[in-house]
Amino acid sequence: MTTQADLDRERFHLDEEPHHPEGSSTMLGFWIYLMSDCLIFAMLFATYGVLGTSYAGGPGPKELFDLPLVAVNTSMLLLSSITYGFAMLAMTDGKRGATQGWLAITGLFGLAFLGIELYEFSHLIHEGAGPQTSAFLSSFFTLVGTHGLHVTFGIVWLVTLMVQVQVKGLIPANRRRLMCLSLFWHFLDVIWIGVFTFVYLMGMLR
Amino acid sequence: MQTPTTHPAISPFLGRFTLESLPLHEPIVVATFVAVAIGGAALLAALTYFKLWGYLWKEWFTTVDHKRIGIMYMILGIIMLLRGFSDAIMMRLQQAWAFGGSEGYLNAHHYDQVFTAHGVIMIFFVAMPIVTGLMNYVVPLQIGARDVSFPFLNNFSFWMTAGGAVTVMMSLFVGEFAQTGWLAMPPLSGIGFSPGVGVDYYIWSLQIAGVGTLLSGVNLIATIVKLRAPGMTMMKMPIFCWTALCTNILIVAAFPVLTAVLALLSLDRYVDTAFFTNTLGGNPMMYVNLIWIWGHPEVYILILPMFGVFSEVTSTFSGKRLFGYTSMVYATLVITVLAYLVWLHHFFTMGSGASVNSFFGITTMIISIPTGAKIFNWLFTMYRGRVRFELPMMWTIAFMITFTLGGMTGVLLAVPPADFVLHNSLFLVAHFHNVIIGGVLFGAFAAINYWWPKAFGFKLDVWWGKLSFWLWVSGFYFAFMPLYVLGLMGVTRRLRTFDDPSYQIWFIIAGFGAFLIALGIAAMLIQFFVSIRNRKALRDVTGDPWHGRTLEWATSSPPPDYNFAFTPVVHDGDAWADMKTRGYKRPLNGYKDIHMPSNTGAGVILGALSVAFGVGMIWYVWWLAALSFVGIIGVAIVHTFNYKRDYYIPAAEVTRQEEAHTASLAGVTA
Repeated sequence: MTTQADLDRERFHLDEEPHHPEGSSTMLGFWIYLMSDCLIFAMLFATYGVLGTSYAGGPGPKELFDLPLVAVNTSMLLLSSITYGFAMLAMTDGKRGATQGWLAITGLFGLAFLGIELYEFSHLIHEGAGPQTSAFLSSFFTLVGTHGLHVTFGIVWLVTLMVQVQVKGLIPANRRRLMCLSLFWHFLDVIWIGVFTFVYLMGMLR
Repeated sequence: MQTPTTHPAISPFLGRFTLESLPLHEPIVVATFVAVAIGGAALLAALTYFKLWGYLWKEWFTTVDHKRIGIMYMILGIIMLLRGFSDAIMMRLQQAWAFGGSEGYLNAHHYDQVFTAHGVIMIFFVAMPIVTGLMNYVVPLQIGARDVSFPFLNNFSFWMTAGGAVTVMMSLFVGEFAQTGWLAMPPLSGIGFSPGVGVDYYIWSLQIAGVGTLLSGVNLIATIVKLRAPGMTMMKMPIFCWTALCTNILIVAAFPVLTAVLALLSLDRYVDTAFFTNTLGGNPMMYVNLIWIWGHPEVYILILPMFGVFSEVTSTFSGKRLFGYTSMVYATLVITVLAYLVWLHHFFTMGSGASVNSFFGITTMIISIPTGAKIFNWLFTMYRGRVRFELPMMWTIAFMITFTLGGMTGVLLAVPPADFVLHNSLFLVAHFHNVIIGGVLFGAFAAINYWWPKAFGFKLDVWWGKLSFWLWVSGFYFAFMPLYVLGLMGVTRRLRTFDDPSYQIWFIIAGFGAFLIALGIAAMLIQFFVSIRNRKALRDVTGDPWHGRTLEWATSSPPPDYNFAFTPVVHDGDAWADMKTRGYKRPLNGYKDIHMPSNTGAGVILGALSVAFGVGMIWYVWWLAALSFVGIIGVAIVHTFNYKRDYYIPAAEVTRQEEAHTASLAGVTA
């Protein structure tokens, strides 16, 4: 005999509970977070757009920027994005050693990028063109420095993930985390292309 | 100024903290501190005596259950409401008093902190926690989910919000708060004019709470997009979920702006950059633009969920499907987009010229169209409905009248030439209190009365509720209608003393209104107390005391940890109403294990470390800031090494809880 409850169960419930596997919202959530981070950069770009020509009698981009150095720096970051891509390919193939190797190379490129950036900053400050000199330099240091801070956290995260991959292997949770860091890393690359274009290249044209 | 604002030496151990930082020369603050200390000590002693620490830690502080986190947000909001309201009534008293050469009873240093703290606390630590708490509690239940997408993040978000509130409260007793107004505009908030710790308290409390707000925004968007019950398409979602979705989109798209602009202000204050300075090419008006690009969406962040509450309440208590569901959804979306296109109306007087001002004036007026459509939708829902004037419905009707009035004065302010006269006057103050109290607070009270029986299993006392309602509503009109008059008479905001005696009578009426509101708040607290005491008599065992229409009423009150023993399949917009008309009977057997997230203490620890970091930055105690920052990173990393974040509620336990619910239901029908 079929009862009302049985009918209702058929109509209003499923035989198997809908399963939301752990982390099924993670990529969406991380995307949304990245977009919010993107807005922080948008604000810093806007600030640079407003204040980027306020030299206050101090030096401007042409006197300060060293394009060949920035070109080397940019290539470090772009290469690190490519090597992160290789790490992801190795991860898809389930090769833990290759994944770790490419991640390590990515981290080294990231460190090289940071090293060059810090050299550039210290050089500017040494020349008397620090962030306190003019609104242009305040916005320049803040925009570029915020990107650099993101890369720094990216490297801390990368090292943490390498330890976790070493301990736990390429389990689904770790794969998901590597995917998130991948998004983060490429996102920083995109932001840098904006910085390179709007700050450095267009600065030289002023 | 009487208080020392220069700090000649910064000690490596205590930064710029000295014994003089304690406001011992302010008798009001000292008395408050004594009261808080005694009350706090009594509370801690009681918790210890009744051995409640373990319970609080295990069941509440470390919980990842969206319902408990929602309740904690609401408690935080209500506690902070008491603080924010104390500031309000102090201002009302001062302004009614300080006439004819009298200085009143608050000195300028204290008064300026009071009006700043009032605004900051009411927006960030009353309205925001209440809005977030409601969404947290209601959304997963309405979409038939077991929890949010990221349960740990939810707990962490709450503790960051609470950490921000702790930081703000600390400024009352240690040091000072900002004396800049609630948006801390430079150059006043720059290090030159505000050298003390006040603005730094402002910055760090908002930055800490801002992390929580942003992450809970991300969390709830993902939850609404990913975890809806089978069959619940977007256009079958309860309207509260739609408004919650739009609000969280606004949060994610607006709060980073606040984070960025406060970071820039911090750089100006801490490392002498030149973003908002008058010198070296800085531009103070850029701060004003940036902060309002956050600030205007913020007001819609607060009001949209309340529009959702009023929609649910109107439809439930009219016993009808909501009129114009689709238009309601589109009106909400239009408001979401337009929220970003009106920020400049906050400073028409900046002088951007006729074209720019016209553009922003017109976009502002356009917002009243979708809002008006909503009002008509609610009215048409009530039309030919069987309206039950229960407390939530009473608040909704008070809202419709009050908010319409506030909306009209808003449209008036949107006319740039009129704004040049009314800018920064008490007319403006009356306008935004009219929409925030009449909209957000009335909405919060409607929601509390509406969902309380769901959260606790018993209804709220009606007599005290009605008393609170009438005191609040009449108090609101007494308190703010005089401010419209004063604004038209030319009184600007934030004044401490007055010369023109013709103003005084209006300030006295406004003070009387604030007194009525104080009674309204007291009546509400008594309402909670009386209802908890009489909970047996007010008990609702059905889980559906109002004949609700959406899924949260389909489960027991309070709902079990897992919300629904069997996830419902949705066929219609008002899913639960649809199930009831088809004579739905709960399945009574075949329960299965339910997969749930586990509690964790990481959120509490990270919140506490963030407060320590904030204190270090505020007082220039660099070692503390550095140490707690390293601690935050360390704890976060350690937390990621915990891979076991879930457990199963065994089927036997589900059976036990569901059978208890069945038995109590049978008790009603028998």
